[in-house]
Formats: sequence, C-alpha cells, structure tokens
Amino acid sequence: MVAGLLVMAFLSGLLGIVLVISARRLPADTMTVVDQVNGVLPHTQCGRCGYSGCRPYATAIAAGEADINQCPPGGDEVIVALSQLLGRPAKALDESFGLAGPPIVAVVDEDICIGCARCLDACPVDAILGAAKFTHTVIANECTGCELCIPACPVDCITVTENTSQLDARAAH
Amino acid sequence: MTNGRTSNQALPLPAWGIRLESRKVDSETGAIKKMPPPGELIVALKQNIGVPAETIVQPGERVLKGQPIAIASRWGLSVAVHAPTSGAVMAIEERPIPVAGGGTGESVIIEPDGKEERYAGYVAQMNSKRLPPPQIRNEIMEAGIVGMGGALFPTATKLNPGSGIQALILNGVECEPYISADNALLTERSDQVLRGAAIMLAALDCDECLVAVKADMAEAQAAVQAAIDALGDDRISLVVVPAFYPAGGERQLIELITGKEVQAGGLPWDVGVVCQNVGTAAAVAKFFDEGEPLISRIVTVTGDGVGTAANIEVMIGTPIVDLVEFAGGYTDDAAGLVMGGPMMGFSLPHDQLPVTKATNCILVAGQAELDPSVREMPCIRCGECARVCPAALMPQQLLALARGPDYEALESQGLQDCIQCGCCDYVCPSYIPLTSRFIEAKQGLWENHLVSQRSALALRRFDARGERLERRESDRSDELQRQVDEIGPAGEIDADALRQLKQRVKSKKPGDKT
Ligand code: SF4
Ligand code: SF4
Ligand code: SF4
Ligand code: SF4
Repeated sequence: MVAGLLVMAFLSGLLGIVLVISARRLPADTMTVVDQVNGVLPHTQCGRCGYSGCRPYATAIAAGEADINQCPPGGDEVIVALSQLLGRPAKALDESFGLAGPPIVAVVDEDICIGCARCLDACPVDAILGAAKFTHTVIANECTGCELCIPACPVDCITVTENTSQLDARAAH
Repeated sequence: MTNGRTSNQALPLPAWGIRLESRKVDSETGAIKKMPPPGELIVALKQNIGVPAETIVQPGERVLKGQPIAIASRWGLSVAVHAPTSGAVMAIEERPIPVAGGGTGESVIIEPDGKEERYAGYVAQMNSKRLPPPQIRNEIMEAGIVGMGGALFPTATKLNPGSGIQALILNGVECEPYISADNALLTERSDQVLRGAAIMLAALDCDECLVAVKADMAEAQAAVQAAIDALGDDRISLVVVPAFYPAGGERQLIELITGKEVQAGGLPWDVGVVCQNVGTAAAVAKFFDEGEPLISRIVTVTGDGVGTAANIEVMIGTPIVDLVEFAGGYTDDAAGLVMGGPMMGFSLPHDQLPVTKATNCILVAGQAELDPSVREMPCIRCGECARVCPAALMPQQLLALARGPDYEALESQGLQDCIQCGCCDYVCPSYIPLTSRFIEAKQGLWENHLVSQRSALALRRFDARGERLERRESDRSDELQRQVDEIGPAGEIDADALRQLKQRVKSKKPGDKT
C-alpha cells in the first residue's frame, strides 16, 4: 500500500518534471513556427496583410489568428508554401487585401525631389539614399516595392515601375 | 598531358553521346565568301554574357571601320563594341535581337557609306607575344573579343585564371551537324588561329596548346598540322577527337582529352585547363596583327531552305535577311529559321534580326528538316536518355521532377549541369522534348533563386533597420540621461512647495492671466 503510494508519488513527480520541461519547450516551439512562417513570407514589408510587417503577420498566422491567404506580394506561391508548412488547406488569395502583381520598384523623380527626407523614414528596408536638402534616390536592388514611401512624399515625386532587374540578372547569368 | 599526340589517331569513344549524320558537306565545299556591307547594320550593345556596353557615339555622327562605338560597362562583365564599317550612326534604339525566347536590345544603327575607311586608333603590334599578360588581356577586352563558339563569355576574363594552367585547348570540334564555320576557318586560316594561340599562351603563361579537331574533318586536320609544321612551335599540337555529339561541349572535350572531369559548379581552371574556340583565337590574332577589333565573323548559312549553302564572313550587325539574300535567297522549300545548329540552336521568329558575335550558323530549314510533328508519349523508363547524357544525369527523373516543379530536388539532381545538348530528346523513343522542359525548369530555378535572394536581402535590411532605430532610441535616452546627470540630482521634492503649487494652479480660473 505504502509502496504503491510511493510509486505513485514518484511517478507524478516525474510527470511534473516532464510537464515543466515540455512547458518550457512550448514557447520555443511556437517561436520556430513563427520563424518558419516568417521565412516563407516575401519580406516586402508592405503591411498589406493588415499587420505592420511580415513578422507580425507570421506571428498571427502561427497563433491561428490570421488566414494564410492575406499576403498579396507573396501570391499563390507563398500560399502554397504556407499550406505545406502548416498543413492548412491552400486557398486563393483574399483579394480584399490587394492584388498580386509583377515585382515593382520605386523611382524618385530627381528633378522634383526637394530633399525633405520624409521618405527615408517610411522605407522599411532603408532603401532610399539621401540627406536633408539633397536629392534622394532609391537603391533599386534593395527596394522591395512596398509603396510605403509614396504617401510620405509631400511633392509626389515617387512612382513605381515594374522591376525588370530580375530579367536583366538572368540575362547576365 | 597528351604530349606528342599529333597522329590522326582519334581518341577513344566515350560512353555517352550520340552519332549524328554530319550534313556539313553542303556548306563545306568552297572558300569562305566575304559579304559586302549591307544597307543597314544593327549593332547590338549586348554582345557578351554580362552587362551591355555603353555607347560613346551620337546619332548623326560619322564612324570609321573598327572605331569603338560603345565601351565596356563598369557594372559587370562587359566588352567594347566597334563599328563594323565606316558610315553614319542613324539611331540608337531598341531593336529585336536574336536570343532564345526572343527579346530586344539597345542597338546602334549604322548606315554604311561603302568606303570602308579604317579607324586609325588601333595599330598592328608585332611584338604581341612579348607583352606582359595583363596588357594582352586589356587589349583583348578593348578589341571586344568574346567566346565565338556561341557562349559570348569575355575572352580576357577567361584568360585570367591565375597560375597553374597546364594546357590551353583550342576547340575546333564543332560537333553539331550542319555547322562548318570553324572547319572552314581551320582549313583556310590555320596560321591565323595558331598566331592567336601563341598570344593566348603568352597571356596564360602556359606552354602547351592542343588544337582539337573532329575525326571526320580531314582537311582541317591537315591544314592545322601543316600550319604547326610551318610555325615550328612545338608547344602547339593537334589532337583528333572522335566524330560524335557532343564532343565539342567544353566539359565533354576536356574530359575526352585530359580524362579529368570538371566538377559540377566548377570551372575548367580547376583541372588546369583553359578552353577557347578557334574562332576566338583567330579574332585575337586579327587584332594584334592587323589592328582590327572583332567586327566580323564567319557564319555558316545552310539548310534546304537556302539557295547556296556557304560559309560567309559577315559584318556583325548584318540583318539575317540580307545574309540569306547573299547566300542565294530562300528556296520554295524554306520553312523555318534557326540560329545555331539543329541540336542546340533556337528558332528565330523572323529574319529582321542582326548577326551577333554569337551567330555561328543560320539554318534555313526546309520542310523535311523541321521537326515532324510527332506526338509525345509517356515515358516508358527505358533509360536510353541516361545512357547518352554527357553530363551523367538521369533525364527521366529530372523530367518527373520538372513537372512539379520540385526545384529543390531538381537542383540536388544536378539540373544545373545539363548542357542542353538535346541528346536525350534525340534517343527518346517516346518523343519527349526533354531538353526544352529542362531549359524551362532551369529558368524557373533561376527565378526561384532570385526571389529568395531578394527576400533574404529585404529581411536582412529590415532587421538592420530595426537595430538602427533601436540604437537611435537608446542614443537619445542616453543623451537625456547625460543631460539629467549634468544638471545634477533633483534631490528631495519639497512636499510643502508641491502642495502650494498645486493649489495655485487649482485656484486659477480659466481666462486668468499668469
Ligand atoms: S502583405 Fe506580405 S509582404 Fe506585405 S507585410 Fe504582409 S506578409 Fe509582408
Ligand atoms: S523605396 Fe519605397 S517602395 Fe521601395 S522598399 Fe522603400 S518604401 Fe518600399
Ligand atoms: S539532360 Fe541535358 S545534358 Fe543530359 S542529355 Fe539531356 S540535354 Fe543533354
Ligand atoms: S528515353 Fe524517353 S522514354 Fe526512355 S527513360 Fe528517357 S524519357 Fe523515358
């Protein structure tokens, strides 16, 4: 009887330890899911998904709060990759978040730019080069085409064009 | 490595590859014809792998034969481009250019004046072999010379492998059926090719050159041997490779001659070899001997659809329509245009495209020469394709993976090593166009790589920006702290004074002046 109780106590103690360990592990695991989801997202960092960037969206997906079809820049490929990663059904892009399109890149019209430096802060990837009172320019290779700089410009001198550098790079290959 | 292999004894046949009917005879007979300047030259600025050259002329300007019209770009691999003849620059504009899949490229349009007046900026250099290697390379770059076998890789870059090069292989194998431009060059101008070889040896600081010629090119072999004997340069020797396809592929040729395999993703340099096309060597000699940069090339114009098949020396930029006209025009049988050979060439949408430095052959296919529209059938896993693949791949497996497409698996299965030779297509009993599937899949793989590279870069920069903002924030609070410290500790707050202050504020009525 006593021996039985002791065994029970020992076992529950053991279970407790196991539970503690796994409880410690759990947050780490959710971390990896966020990282994995984040790794699949395109990092345009445009916020079209309704979150402030790719990582917050990844966190929401991992927590089951957001669906996997809200990233327009990622398009079908990202949706398919997410559905494979998470075992959730693939579905069409929810176009209320925006339409998928060809890769784009921002261009500053250097004749109009007044050097106000406001777009510098808007760019999530520091792709705009410039200083106050100097004409700014977009480092085309580093621009993700998120369009966040467009509303920031007081003289509307930033436009987007299709990013053909991928094709050029291929030709150079 | 293969010293003294100057007999006409061909190397043994390898396990891979296929035998093809030669079909060269049509164009082989007769001397190289020289085509006069056409009415208009379309000189594309992108005549090399890498970045297009940058124009230095304006519309309306008169240019001379051999004058540089565009200089090598600083933004990547690039070589200069020259005016093929004297005349007026009519425009600088986008024009269709002959590339697989079609496309346009910025081009300098020149209207020849027929005077062939030469540019005086380049002169013949008789001591070329004694120049220091870097200078030789610079001049080759200046001369706009690229790999003329069709690869368009800047030659000077290829001649700069560092030390440890044991042999220069001059590729005159030309294993595609129909094409005989290199054959004609070797038959008529072996001496020029060998002079170019000697300059390349000097640039490489290397003592062995093997001129590789195919077993069924007897005339070319004899001409090369005679030129070697006449030159009396014992560093150069002839090597005969078996007549099968694709013996002229760079890796395949190196493996045949040296027995060494260039590893996937590796370069011929890794096995101590540099490979150059014979036409490239001739272009090098022409520049150093005559001061003429690369402004013309030999093109095989052949096929049932053209009047008289021939090898024609033609100015870069000559429209293909004029070239075909010069070769006797189209026959009634003409059914399609291909640039390059039937195995690795690509079809052209029309004939308003210019000859480029890569144009080794224009095949005007007759009805019978065009792919009969056979129906593709499912793969029966016979393994024929794997037997002939010169890159030791498993085409049937790649085919299945390309359907997905599973890029990761395609990459680990060596898709990148496919040289697009078309051997697998040729032997497939189910008529599966494997090669075009692989070309598509390679394209997809490349785009896939780009997308992930771009997003990795964006993530890195996004994170770096986060750190920067954090740093700025902490710098600000540090600064605040510093200022607070400077003023000194605030000390105990006088509770009484505080209470009085609060009361004063409260008793104040709105509108009162302080
Ligand atoms: S829409 Fe896509 S790319 Fe834009 S922030 Fe959201 S996850 Fe990132
Ligand atoms: S430059 Fe404009 S469009 Fe490009 S990443 Fe920065 S904010 Fe986005
Ligand atoms: S897989 Fe590529 S390299 Fe191999 S036979 Fe086919 S085309 Fe040639
Ligand atoms: S040759 Fe054709 S049928 Fe045979 S295994 Fe290869 S792809 Fe399949």
